[in-house]
Amino acid sequence: MQPVILLESVSKTYHSGEVDVHAVRQVSFTVQPGEFIAIMGASGSGKSTMMNMLGCLDRPTSGRYLLDGVDVSGLGRDELADIRNQKIGFVFQGFNLLSRTTALENVELPMMYGKRRNSAKDLRERAMRSLELVGLAKRFDHKPNQLSGGQQQRVAIARALVNDPALLLADEPTGNLDSRTSIEIMDAFQALNEKGITIAMVTHEPDIARYTKRNVVMRDGVIVSDIQVQDRSNAKEEMRRLDEEHQAAKLVK
Amino acid sequence: MLGIIIGVGAVIAMVGVGNGARAQVEAQVATLGENMILIFAGSMNNSGVRAGTGNAGTLKIEDALAIMREIPGVEAVSPETRSGVQVMVSNQNWYTTLLGESPEYFDMREWPFISGAPFSEQDVRSAAKIAVLGQTVATQLFGDDDPVGHIIRVKHVPFLVVGLLKPKGLTLGGSDQDDVVVVPYTTAMKRLTGATILRSINVQAESPDKMALAQQQLSELLRQRHRILGTRDDDFMVRNQQDIAEMATAQSKTMFYLLVAIAVVSLCVGGIGIMNIMLVSVTERTREIGIRIAIGAHGRDILLQFLIEAVTLSSIGGIIGIAIGFGTAETISHIAQWPTTIPLIYVALAFLSSAAVGIVSGFYPAYKAAALDPIDALRYE
Repeated sequence: MQPVILLESVSKTYHSGEVDVHAVRQVSFTVQPGEFIAIMGASGSGKSTMMNMLGCLDRPTSGRYLLDGVDVSGLGRDELADIRNQKIGFVFQGFNLLSRTTALENVELPMMYGKRRNSAKDLRERAMRSLELVGLAKRFDHKPNQLSGGQQQRVAIARALVNDPALLLADEPTGNLDSRTSIEIMDAFQALNEKGITIAMVTHEPDIARYTKRNVVMRDGVIVSDIQVQDRSNAKEEMRRLDEEHQAAKLVK
Repeated sequence: MLGIIIGVGAVIAMVGVGNGARAQVEAQVATLGENMILIFAGSMNNSGVRAGTGNAGTLKIEDALAIMREIPGVEAVSPETRSGVQVMVSNQNWYTTLLGESPEYFDMREWPFISGAPFSEQDVRSAAKIAVLGQTVATQLFGDDDPVGHIIRVKHVPFLVVGLLKPKGLTLGGSDQDDVVVVPYTTAMKRLTGATILRSINVQAESPDKMALAQQQLSELLRQRHRILGTRDDDFMVRNQQDIAEMATAQSKTMFYLLVAIAVVSLCVGGIGIMNIMLVSVTERTREIGIRIAIGAHGRDILLQFLIEAVTLSSIGGIIGIAIGFGTAETISHIAQWPTTIPLIYVALAFLSSAAVGIVSGFYPAYKAAALDPIDALRYE
């Protein structure tokens, strides 16, 4: 089984004026299929830069990055776009849905840019299946302003999955959500991971990181810790507990 | 987009009006008669068709006769005098134009008679007091009655009416060709005006291909007869129908160029407007563009997307402009009483140029959009 992510001594340096910023320094790092990792670190730790490189939005200054066996470190702009389209699914902190289009059309968007052009019917079916995966098939014709934050994020997840990517990349996916909705999203991720989808998530919240299986901590451009999570949180249980507390609180009043 | 609407509308309206004007000119030039060369007494002045310093200069009857005699390729010659006179019959009077002509005049000008007949060579020789009326004069003096056989007084001199001319309409300069009384030129000169020189000589060439040579030859002849040597200016003007038509269309040509300039400027303004709208649109949608690129859009996909939006915008403007242009042309056609035709090719051209403006002015914003860095774009607030 080849790793989904294989970083070999990858560095990223920004040249801004006279000072060179070494955002990422010679990081080597592997992610196998089916893993669920959280990348953590303070501001300036290099985690965002790392995320951009993993997502093929940025190219390393040196080193090699093999994504699903393909060396992407030397590819051109258009080739990287195709890689992103086929092999990576993005989930952003701000959801980043197109506001004037329905949930279904949002999920269809990655298929508009793919190389294979299937019939409109095909596209619709695949998009609907993706929405079913996140439990939003019934709201396919809603626009983002008709959906709650949690629902919008789940549409974003459906969009990320529609082209069967090798890797799901989430950048602070719960950053704009309240605690209950955050757990709902983590529940969605856990369910997807159970099905075998590889997920890499950037977060700065340790509580959220506990829902994943492996935590990687970065500081000053290098990985300072890489451990399997002990005592992993289970989203469904956490939600149940929250609901019970909520009920209890109501009774007390 | 307003600029595009105006530019396209102006082009269409102008084309229609211009075509109509040209057709009008051609129709009116045709009423002058076939293969006509007109010689005017006096030298150059600036006004167009109604050029006529009139009675300055030295055109004589003998010149006309010489031309008839000596220039091959000349079919007929009619010496002409012109003045304004009062004509009266019993209690009606009317101020009109008096033309002194030869009998050939009516054939040369292809001017048929409704009733009666033209005067004859004999009448010219004897300076007879007979007249042919144009429709306007006849109507003014006699209403619906046939004037032939009646007596009218021209400058208090009694004349017998021998003919009534078919109506011909307006000249290019706008004057009424039917507001005339035609008498033998000898009569006009001897009995009415006392003039000894002609205002103009109408010359008819035998055929269109003989015109150029005849014109050249009669110019030389006149210069000889008037003893004009070397490079001194002629004391006469020679014009043919072509020249007259061209002078009339020269004006509409100027209008044409003016409207083209307006159209071009408006299209440029419209183009700049579109570019502005698109630039704002790109900025507003920076995040959206970032998402599309992150999800897998190539630069070319983004470029095409925004280019299509720009072209759509400008094409809609073009269509509205074409509609307005048609409307304007119709209105002008109504007011000016002349037909406007707008050939389909101009409509196609107008539409294509509005689309082209969209492509050109939309290109820079679309290029900017396609060149966005997705990381920065996604961070954009």
